[in-house]
Amino acid sequence: MQDLIRSVQEQYLRTDLPPFSPGDTVRVHYRVVEGGNVRVQPFEGVVIRKRGGGTDATFTVRRIASHGIGVERTFPLHSPLIENIEVLRHGKVRRARLYYLRERAGKAARLKERRRPEGSYLR
Amino acid sequence: MIEGLLGRKLGMTQIFDESGRAVPVTVLEVGPCVVTQVKTKERDGYEAVQLGFGHRKRQNKPMQGHLRASGASPRYLKEVRVDDPGQFQVGQVVDCSMFQPGQLVDVIGWRKGRGFQGGVKRHGFAGGPKTHGQSDRHRAPGSIGPTTDPGRVHKGKRMAGRMGPVRVTVQNLKVMQVDPQRNLVLVQGAVPGHPNGLVIVRHAVKQRRAKATA
Repeated sequence: MQDLIRSVQEQYLRTDLPPFSPGDTVRVHYRVVEGGNVRVQPFEGVVIRKRGGGTDATFTVRRIASHGIGVERTFPLHSPLIENIEVLRHGKVRRARLYYLRERAGKAARLKERRRPEGSYLR
Repeated sequence: MIEGLLGRKLGMTQIFDESGRAVPVTVLEVGPCVVTQVKTKERDGYEAVQLGFGHRKRQNKPMQGHLRASGASPRYLKEVRVDDPGQFQVGQVVDCSMFQPGQLVDVIGWRKGRGFQGGVKRHGFAGGPKTHGQSDRHRAPGSIGPTTDPGRVHKGKRMAGRMGPVRVTVQNLKVMQVDPQRNLVLVQGAVPGHPNGLVIVRHAVKQRRAKATA
């Protein structure tokens, strides 16, 4: 029964996106419809969470906007509105949910860079 | 035309529509259904076909006799209305290709039974005050009627009791996808009942009526 549901989801899953994990810095190119026009809006920041499976999977990107205001955005991982994801940096982290970054600002919120893992999409 | 088909609920998930929005859908396995009996106006007073769905290993003797002509051994039997029973023969198989993506359907299911429940859950009573010195009155039903006259509780008074499975119809659900190979129909939104529960999927009644008057 679950297999059938999974097979329904399969055709919607994106396999063209690079693998990334919490702690990585990414730039998400997301399509936005604005008054009938489709525009690509980039959103760059640290991935602080990946959750869910199948078509339900989402990930959250945190970035520090102007005046040091933290902005978090959650994207459906398999959304057709995602044009592309660029992985800019692999962060060295020891947990899967980086909520502790919310309480940190400036220098304290930095993440050390991890050695490029096998299959890294970084150049 | 046949009114609807039998199926079972598989569960829910979400898919993305053409505009990229995530849409919650219920995955239903609809059909294949076997025609086990054809009812005609002349013989039965109304026009319908009896459909069988699912599989049962053993049938009792009366059922074996009833099903012999169709050669099927279904778990469920239900009647659905048809325009012209002459189009159907016993033993004929009907599948979900009668539904089109984008059309509206009604889905009938049997809501999950909840067992013995109080008035608050069963009938939506407000319960008693939460504070001001209340004890044991938080979910009480309140007064159940007058005093000496009539000296009894009226019949049908809503009280605590069994909240069993009830047949529920959800109207006008949009069909998102149809897959006759795997007998799958995806409808937008939720459907009553538990996974594996019997559902009846039919062309939306209100749409049909609108079309007939137009």
